[in-house]
Amino acid sequence: MNVASLFWQFVVGSVRQVLRGNALYWTWVLFLLALIGVGVVAYIHQVQEGLTVTAMRDQVSWGFYIGNFTFLVGVAAAAVILVIPAYVYKWGPIREIAIFGELLAVSAIIMCLLFVFVDIGRPDRFWHLLPPLGVLNFPQSLLAWDVLVLNIYFVLNFVVATILVYCGFVNKRYPKKLVVPLIILSIPMAVSIHTVTAFLYNGLGARPYWNASILAPQFLASAFCSGPAILLIVLQLVRRFTSFEIKNEAIWKIAELMAYAMFFNLFLHGAEIFKEVYSDTEHLLYTRYLYLGIGEMHAVVPYAWTAVCLNITAFLLFVVPATRRNPITLNIGCLAIYAGVYIEKGMGLIIPGLTPDALGEVYEYHPSLNELAVSAGVFAVGFLVFTLMLKVAVPIALGKLRWSGASNEEIPH
Amino acid sequence: MADEGKTRREFLAATGAVAAVGLLSSCLDERLKDVSKEELKSRIAEMEAGYRQKYGKEVKVSDAEPLPGVAFAYALDLSRCVGCRRCTYACREENNISRDGQLFWIRVLEMEKRKGVDFAHANAYYDAEKVPRDGHFYVPVSCQQCDNPPCTKVCPVKATWKEPDGIVTVDYDWCIGCRYCMAACSYGARHFNWKEPELKPEEINGTTHVLGNRPRPKGVVEKCTFCIQRTRAGRYPACVEVCPVGARKFGNLLDPSSEIRYIIEHKRVLILKEELNTMPRFLYFYGT
Repeated sequence: MNVASLFWQFVVGSVRQVLRGNALYWTWVLFLLALIGVGVVAYIHQVQEGLTVTAMRDQVSWGFYIGNFTFLVGVAAAAVILVIPAYVYKWGPIREIAIFGELLAVSAIIMCLLFVFVDIGRPDRFWHLLPPLGVLNFPQSLLAWDVLVLNIYFVLNFVVATILVYCGFVNKRYPKKLVVPLIILSIPMAVSIHTVTAFLYNGLGARPYWNASILAPQFLASAFCSGPAILLIVLQLVRRFTSFEIKNEAIWKIAELMAYAMFFNLFLHGAEIFKEVYSDTEHLLYTRYLYLGIGEMHAVVPYAWTAVCLNITAFLLFVVPATRRNPITLNIGCLAIYAGVYIEKGMGLIIPGLTPDALGEVYEYHPSLNELAVSAGVFAVGFLVFTLMLKVAVPIALGKLRWSGASNEEIPH
Repeated sequence: MADEGKTRREFLAATGAVAAVGLLSSCLDERLKDVSKEELKSRIAEMEAGYRQKYGKEVKVSDAEPLPGVAFAYALDLSRCVGCRRCTYACREENNISRDGQLFWIRVLEMEKRKGVDFAHANAYYDAEKVPRDGHFYVPVSCQQCDNPPCTKVCPVKATWKEPDGIVTVDYDWCIGCRYCMAACSYGARHFNWKEPELKPEEINGTTHVLGNRPRPKGVVEKCTFCIQRTRAGRYPACVEVCPVGARKFGNLLDPSSEIRYIIEHKRVLILKEELNTMPRFLYFYGT
């Protein structure tokens, strides 16, 4: 049987697998589909009325959508924090679960691209970005760079994940000469999606809060926390609901790496805050808006302090071996990191970057209901994609879903 | 019979070709900057027909090119400006800006004399009936037409650029509405059409320029163009004409006898956010 028809078998098998499931599975899928429905309705309303249905205005011209986009670029790094120990240091326990990181990266990038798409005022002109029909302002515009690196990272993870899962389906060893270089390539690519996304903001002299070179390192540090935080929870769910074995050592190791990343993240934040507060120049204004508010305006202050508290709590829980090994404190830590980084890299980055605006005006931004509905829809698309991919990948990894003609021998890794 | 069959075939082939070309051309629209002069003429004819249909009014769209030997510059006398905001409203009428009350290309800031030009303490929402207020002065801000514009650099689709006469323009038919240019602008000079512009037919100024004040659709960015429709035809911008105290000066930087050159040579000139190296073509000065 040639590869093409084998691959067709794989596709058919995957579709069948996705359409089979218990009540819990279907409840979850229908819930996500309902959320997507809500998002689609809200998005149609936005297209008809314009972005006026959001709370964004000329003063704060980017908001919740771009905040979510930025956060999810960080989540897409999840793959790499697993790939490095698994393939570079050949650490066995993590190797088996690296595939989950790649699938999470694929879902996260889909959400990233969707968040950018729902943010643009003229979605009908999206093709203007795609040469040769359109004009991509490369290498001048960092947004052009971001479009490129995000798509490359997406394709890379999608291809690697597909090969790994497909090889599991036909029960063959994956082609090392092809896969390993691709996996190694995904490491600098993950670094580059963060760096480029940070540079997108970093390069703007008009926005002093972003125009600090600490931004890119901070992006990397927080990304190495948020992606794995989601993954740790997913891994425990997989372990709980399937017979997939995930060793405790793997989970503990990831938690330990996250503690170091979070320390570095907090350190970089502290360094930036010190510079702003001690030098006390006019640029302090944005940091002050984030942490103290300006006059009567302090919409973001509670969020900023919540993020700080969550991040410090998570760091303490993960750096102490006893608490990162205890499943309860481990999961509290994961949720704390997820929420902390979500605030910090989302609204906590975008809003003080734009408030006060270039002429000193403070416009207090709260996402509108319509923005929340569209965003819920985008998240639901991501979760659905992730769910469906796991639905196929987990049984294949367990050897339960295989091509009928495949040998049943166990293939050592 | 044979002939009839042939003509019908030819007719069908021709209609098919026309339909295909029509479909392709809508999908293969180019930036206004890239089209040939003839294509621009036909694009403009389409725009004019579109406006006639939409507003039931003649809107003339000019494609006047930059004048040779002309580089526009603007100077605003801070010692004269009284903050009456007439420029803001004249600009809105001249440039077919939405009347929704949120969108203005000129923002006049009230500042405290003891603090100087300080955006952190500026107020854009003062009462224009009560100006000038004691202890305050007024700084109108619109596009500074930077020589080193951060906004055009960041556009992912090259929908905005600086013209040879120094005017930074937007191609409203190419802009995707990502608003990256708004984040990049140091002067809050770029504005977005969050909704369909509110513009009644009787309010429309029918003398427009393709890169300037022609009515815009929702979802794209717009900005001051030094009234490109006027200045390329040898007229002053609307804000210069309306200013009751003569605080606004406009002219050709390359003409040694121009008023703008006189101001640069004889007055002390101030540049907003000079440290950002945007090199504005919009200067502020103290005339008295």
